[in-house]
Amino acid sequence: MAKQYTSSFIDKLTYQSNRSVMEVCGSSNVTLREFGCEQSLLSRPDGSASFIQGDTSVLAAVYGPAEVKVSKEIYDRATLEVLIQPKVGLPSVRERSQEQCLRESCEASLLLSLHPRSSLTLILQLLSSFLNAACMALMDAGLPMSCLFCGVTCAIDADGCIITDPTAAQEKKSRALMTFAIDSAEHRVMTSSTKGSFSVHELQQCIAVSQKASEKIFQFYRDSVRRRYSKTL
Amino acid sequence: MKDTPLSNCERDFLLKAIEDKKRLDGRQTYDYRRIKITFGTDYGCCFVDLGKTRVMAQVSCELVAPKENRPNEGIMFFNIELSPMASPGFEQGRQSELSVKLNRQLERCLRNSKCIDTESLCVVSGEKVWQIRVDVHMLNHDGNLMDAASIAAITALCHFRRPDVSINGDEVTVYSPEERDPIPLSIYHMPISVSFSFFQQGTYLLVDPCEREERVMDGLLMIAMNKHREICSIQSSGGIMLLKEQVMRCSKIASVKVSEITELISKALENDRKARKAGEKCGFAESMPQERITALKTDETPVEMTDVTERANEIIQKAEPPLQTIPSLLVPAPGVGQVGQGLQNTWGLEEEEEEEEDDEDENSGEEQKEQTKMMEEEHDEKEESREGHVVQLSDSEEEEVVILHPETPNKTPKNAGSATHQKGATKSKRRQKK
Repeated sequence: MAKQYTSSFIDKLTYQSNRSVMEVCGSSNVTLREFGCEQSLLSRPDGSASFIQGDTSVLAAVYGPAEVKVSKEIYDRATLEVLIQPKVGLPSVRERSQEQCLRESCEASLLLSLHPRSSLTLILQLLSSFLNAACMALMDAGLPMSCLFCGVTCAIDADGCIITDPTAAQEKKSRALMTFAIDSAEHRVMTSSTKGSFSVHELQQCIAVSQKASEKIFQFYRDSVRRRYSKTL
Repeated sequence: MKDTPLSNCERDFLLKAIEDKKRLDGRQTYDYRRIKITFGTDYGCCFVDLGKTRVMAQVSCELVAPKENRPNEGIMFFNIELSPMASPGFEQGRQSELSVKLNRQLERCLRNSKCIDTESLCVVSGEKVWQIRVDVHMLNHDGNLMDAASIAAITALCHFRRPDVSINGDEVTVYSPEERDPIPLSIYHMPISVSFSFFQQGTYLLVDPCEREERVMDGLLMIAMNKHREICSIQSSGGIMLLKEQVMRCSKIASVKVSEITELISKALENDRKARKAGEKCGFAESMPQERITALKTDETPVEMTDVTERANEIIQKAEPPLQTIPSLLVPAPGVGQVGQGLQNTWGLEEEEEEEEDDEDENSGEEQKEQTKMMEEEHDEKEESREGHVVQLSDSEEEEVVILHPETPNKTPKNAGSATHQKGATKSKRRQKK
């Protein structure tokens, strides 16, 4: 049964990622919520994109390749810096770990060795499925990449049901939480970040679900790029 | 990262154009750029587009203890975040001169003008008040950040709703929005900042400078005013001398602009209120333009999930059989952990023997010294030595001495102490020999 949850107001108030939800139990049907993107919406950055999934929106901007600080220079490739800004307050440990997760995903797909001794800066505002926004911003900036990537989050609740793209409340209740970055070339897992306990079977199931969901997101990437370069609405 | 510098050619061109009463984007001297106000899904979230400048403000609240000198006033906190997203020149986490200037100006504009009733934010006098925090994030810097920030901040404050509270004796109950409708802040007036830039030592004046114009300007005058034509703050920077007439003229222009902007804000708030009441979708997602080629939106898409379980099973079957399940951790003695049942701890084996030898030696020695030794004490000794053994993993001699033995009160302290020390010393010597 696919259920629709409306994210509660308290979530909105304390700004947690408020997403409406799709849920899957076993092998039932799953829907991806409506999602949208806009590229090149900021004038200053070299590439920018906003990615919207349900009620969640993330804004990403890329600067680079550009001059790099001597202390951060790497002689054979570009330095990638990722900054995540929370909506309220200053960045904390949570943001730092997300930055690291994202940086590692991006480094895996970007061809950084084509721009030695330069810097790339990726900045994200407003959190949640930030992987998708990051990828679209990198695409907009026209950076050479070996493949695209997208992020899918799965949660396993107390009954063992898999929920994809959970709300903040569901994340709290869930037994385990997994975030995967999946590449577009072979639909392999690029990054996985997990929390909580789960069996091997559950992990494989979540990966399979994420791979299926990723196909839809990649199709969306393709459509949006096609629309952009076709110059017709 | 460094900002792109402005070349002399560009500078001369811009100044020449201003002398000819022309602006790069085709505006007239007193024209504002297009202002667009949108709201996020949650209360107190507001995006302001001023031409290409883009700013987001988010208001949040928290119950805190009030300031000592103002026990029955709520606290207002303003934070302007110059995100590196806005301009490559901005750095993360560093308080630049510009950010301090903007922060101070926003505080003067909104806090010092007393536009918000802070006394209504008091819950329990001297104990609990609401702290209203306004975070302003710069997303794109194309000039005139201050005006955009002030519009975003005041609109977000007007849009914000704080949870309802009730006081029952000493108990303070905060109601969730489902239980009771949240309450808007009481706002007396809406101060809005209007910026004027001056060129050629004040000869030319432009309203709402864009980023390029800001770079070549000589001075800046910021007037914060409300729609009742009351000036809330006035700030001149850049070190130019202004005549009284110039300031008067600017304030007249400001009053016109402020009334226009206030009207726009009330309209935007009204639209949003209607949309929320009707249960329509609102927020950033809805404000996304549809008619652009750079934007695309899809409806809900079903995902084929039929073969997920089978695939997962397949992968697991293909994979190597899982390793033997490991039983829970065994603790044979305090300080010693063992994983796996029936496995001998090979680490400690030799030393255990050595230990026993040691103990025997010691015991025999001590027996010679003191014939009247209680069995209990012997037991204590053994335990002590075992504890010593656990710590012995490092082979530095110094650490041997540092071992903290639990002092047993029923023992004669002097003897026991010396015995253990000797033991430690002998053990370390043995070890070195090995």
